[in-house]
Amino acid sequence: MSESPQSDRIPVAKTYKLYIGGAFPRSESGRVYPVADPQGKFLANAAHASRKDVRDAVVVARKAFAGWSGATAYNRGQVLYRVAEMMEGRREQFVSEVAASEGLTAHLAESLVDESIDRWVWYAGWTDKVASVLGSANPVAGPYFSFTVPEPTGVVGVLAPQKSSLLGLVSVLAPVLASGSTAVVVSSAGRPLPAITLSEVLATSDLPGGVANVLTGRAAELGPWLASHGDVNALDPAGASPEDRVKLARDAAGTVKRVLTVPDDEPDWTVAPDLSRLRRYLEAKTVWHPHGV
Amino acid sequence: MGIFEYAPAPESRDIANLKDHYRPFIGGEFVDGSGEPLKTVNPATEEILAEVGTASVSDVDAAVRAARAAYESVWSKMPGRERAKYLFRIARLIQERSRELAVLESLDNGKPIKESRDSDVPTAAAHFFYHAGWADKLEYAGYGPDPKPLGVAGQVIPWNFPLLMLAWKIAPALATGNTVVLKPAETTPLTALVFAEICQQAELPPGVVNILPGAGDIGAALVEHGDLDKIAFTGSTEVGKLIQRTVAGTRKKLTLELGGKAANVVFDDAPLDQAVEGIVNGIFFNQGHVCCAGSRLLVQESVAEEVLEKLRYRVSTLRLGDPLDKNTDIGAINSAEQLAKIRGLVESGDAEGAQRWTSPCPVPDRGFFFAPTVFSEVHQSMRIAREEIFGPVLSVLTFRTPDEAVAKANNTPYGLSAGIWTEKGSRILWMANKLRAGVVWANTFNRFDPAAPFGGYQESGFGREGGRTGLEAYLSV
Amino acid sequence: MATTTSPQAEPDTPAPLADVTRDEASLRRFLHGLPGVDQVGVEQRAAALGTRSIKKDAKRWALDTAISMVDLTTLEGADTRGKVRGLAAKAQRPDPERQDCPRVAAVCVYPDLVGTAVEALKGSGVRVASVATGFPSGRTSRDVKLADTRLAVEYGADEVDMVIDRGAFLEGRYLDVFEEIRAIKAASGEAHLKVILETGELATYDNVRRASWLALLAGADFIKTSTGKVSPAATLPVTHVMLQAVHDWHGQTGQLRGVKPAGGIRTAKDAIKYLVAVHEVAGEQWLTPELFRFGASSLLNDLLLQRRTQVDGHYSGPDYVTVD
Repeated sequence: MSESPQSDRIPVAKTYKLYIGGAFPRSESGRVYPVADPQGKFLANAAHASRKDVRDAVVVARKAFAGWSGATAYNRGQVLYRVAEMMEGRREQFVSEVAASEGLTAHLAESLVDESIDRWVWYAGWTDKVASVLGSANPVAGPYFSFTVPEPTGVVGVLAPQKSSLLGLVSVLAPVLASGSTAVVVSSAGRPLPAITLSEVLATSDLPGGVANVLTGRAAELGPWLASHGDVNALDPAGASPEDRVKLARDAAGTVKRVLTVPDDEPDWTVAPDLSRLRRYLEAKTVWHPHGV
Repeated sequence: MGIFEYAPAPESRDIANLKDHYRPFIGGEFVDGSGEPLKTVNPATEEILAEVGTASVSDVDAAVRAARAAYESVWSKMPGRERAKYLFRIARLIQERSRELAVLESLDNGKPIKESRDSDVPTAAAHFFYHAGWADKLEYAGYGPDPKPLGVAGQVIPWNFPLLMLAWKIAPALATGNTVVLKPAETTPLTALVFAEICQQAELPPGVVNILPGAGDIGAALVEHGDLDKIAFTGSTEVGKLIQRTVAGTRKKLTLELGGKAANVVFDDAPLDQAVEGIVNGIFFNQGHVCCAGSRLLVQESVAEEVLEKLRYRVSTLRLGDPLDKNTDIGAINSAEQLAKIRGLVESGDAEGAQRWTSPCPVPDRGFFFAPTVFSEVHQSMRIAREEIFGPVLSVLTFRTPDEAVAKANNTPYGLSAGIWTEKGSRILWMANKLRAGVVWANTFNRFDPAAPFGGYQESGFGREGGRTGLEAYLSV
Repeated sequence: MATTTSPQAEPDTPAPLADVTRDEASLRRFLHGLPGVDQVGVEQRAAALGTRSIKKDAKRWALDTAISMVDLTTLEGADTRGKVRGLAAKAQRPDPERQDCPRVAAVCVYPDLVGTAVEALKGSGVRVASVATGFPSGRTSRDVKLADTRLAVEYGADEVDMVIDRGAFLEGRYLDVFEEIRAIKAASGEAHLKVILETGELATYDNVRRASWLALLAGADFIKTSTGKVSPAATLPVTHVMLQAVHDWHGQTGQLRGVKPAGGIRTAKDAIKYLVAVHEVAGEQWLTPELFRFGASSLLNDLLLQRRTQVDGHYSGPDYVTVD
């Protein structure tokens, strides 16, 4: 809700909605909740996603999986780079939203937005390298060619960090998409506005609809539905409370989900990432074939 | 009686050096476990082989303490190149004692001697040999310049490949600098306890490897223990889920290698005779007690009859009987409990309308045996197409197009392995890409190698064993 | 499958397969439509069956059966009538001190020595086989091959071991190969025809399978691996492929055809591995000299040595069997 003090013009306020399957629907529940800055000043109403929104998002994420995982790594890299390009173009908007959401100075918010943009660029470059870095030709003791390739795990439920509204979100979402998996993200509940703006960026970045879905709402309410969902393959519980994470991990055991281990306290997202998150969303597939004439 | 009846050619059971009593191995010593001793049975004869002392919960604690002490004081400090030598020694000792181990494995497990001799034991040695070489090269494994071990690992293994699963667990754990407490399966503890002797012969520092025989409750106690950094489990998906639930929210890193319901897909342009071999190997190897068994045959309709006819002929040549006989192809089902489970699922196949064909091979009166069985006219909705039977029972389904084959193959919560049979290279690669399984065998089946990562998608578990990829399970990365 | 017999088809080609030899294109389509053979798979299967442990009575039976399946062979430029008579004597009484030792199936010689062999084996039940058709290379004209065959038959050969034109086969002139086999079959008259594929020159198992079917379609009574003059000669996996072919042929036509591995089988242990393969790949009914032979020379002595070991209960030595 950036305002321009030089003008008397009344700005056009944005209605913040969910991002599901490439569209921006309201929550099927019809509920919204007020979002305020750290000082308690009202910023906007956010859609309050329900379990049915989770359900719908998982359906479209699954549907999008074949296309996204089947796209060439080069193509995925270009799409992720396009996200960075689009963010760059809306840099000022992100800066003001991050500053407002997290109560930061413009200078600090700028550095976080820059880091977020650069993070997409970092992951964009990984898409067509990760297979050669993590894969292998296996020197087996027999007349076979055996090779191992990483493949995306499927649909990933992501509970985005609660504090870091943009950089934290990008840090947990980008590796999912870079892997070729699709995502259903529950944004920070208290600081959802940058997430919604990011959705608008994703929608205009050649990212096929359904590959990333962003729900604003409460991790404690939506997390269990993701954790127990039979068509979700992995869960990042970063945005859940430490106590809830244990419960989510138990729920996830019902379908043998891959559950990320995350530190109790939210980490410093400005630290340069490594491969560990990307690796969590990759399955190693080993293929064997005899060689003979 | 045929004109060429193979005379019995049994391995001597004396080679197994069977003892009356076996004991848990904690801190480098064999100790009297305080659990209720169990009697391990030869499933081929139902005779008691030996009494095995088991661990109690307090023994679990003692073993973890021994492993922790060994980790802190010796193993984590030892340079990789020295750790490597212990693993090499173990590999050599397994090779030296391979015949003894093979006979003992067949006695305790019921698997044919030709498999324990030619597959289980040599592959177990190979796992130690392979991982030994990694111990001083971990910085090249792609996990950063100085990857660290996790600490103490609790490992629970199944009864289908007792020594081999032990090797899959212990070799990478030790190579990466962890110490272990391993619980072998209740019905197959013997080779693990001979392995403990091998650790002594290798002069492995006490506490680096601890072996606790016992039943599921001891496995549960181990998994729940507060001072472990890692849990590795191979077994049923049902128990895997319980373990994942138990470990949830703790610092323990978890890897699971669980069940499967693999599709073995045969196209009409396949090398049919070798496909039949692959189908047979896929489901009848180790009595079908294989998590990655090719238990669902998906055959293209245009060759279904031909394949079934060839398959029945081939299966009827399989020799079922004394596991110690060198000519036995199919040994004993590991336990009465497992036999009952197989029978139950086979009855469900009958009840649901599948066509059962059973090999006419003679079945011994004593012991737990189940004749090779092929169900045709199986549909996806039947239990025998969905549930893991873990026995010598094949379900045959048909398909018309590659897309249909992929859809049916992937239509399961499991995702451990899959097979493809076609002579068309591009189709192999297309299929390999589409099949959601951790191991895809094309024009072969059930191949294992320490250099090739193994593990599942979805409810078949997570984490890999073998290869560079498999090291991650035991490193803090 | 066609139900009517095409006019070109030979009357004795089994009905289900009558159409496939109608012309070059049909034959090619048929042979190339046979399922491929995966090298690693078939070699593994052969190796696995090779681990069968044949002991005691089974071994006794196998040794005697193997002896009765030997085509005792001499195919040297230096062959003489004396050599052939010696071989014939051995063929009838392989182990003179053991009257219960079975005689071999046949003596196999060059055409010009057939007469000598026939005379020496008269009334013994041991058959005389003759190589023919420009053995071993087969690089001569059809007329010469036919003359060679007729010579052998006129001298009294019971069995003719012909070689296929590998050059034509590798060029893809399958119908030429087919017609030549048919012509030799006709020239052989009553004599049984064994068709040597020379698998060592065919190089791939796919080719071995195609050549096997080609020979069976053309009326071969036996398909035989090798001349013994090309390395590799008989191998277990090649024999597996051929045993599978006769098994499948029987399944499709109801006819029983035989297999003869030749060359390179020197030990009783190896021979027993072949018998296991015959038993488990082709089927029990092939375990007869009518349908399985070993083309060999030195193999017989090892079979005899092992037979003595079994009968006497202690190891024997080479001086206790005859050198011919």
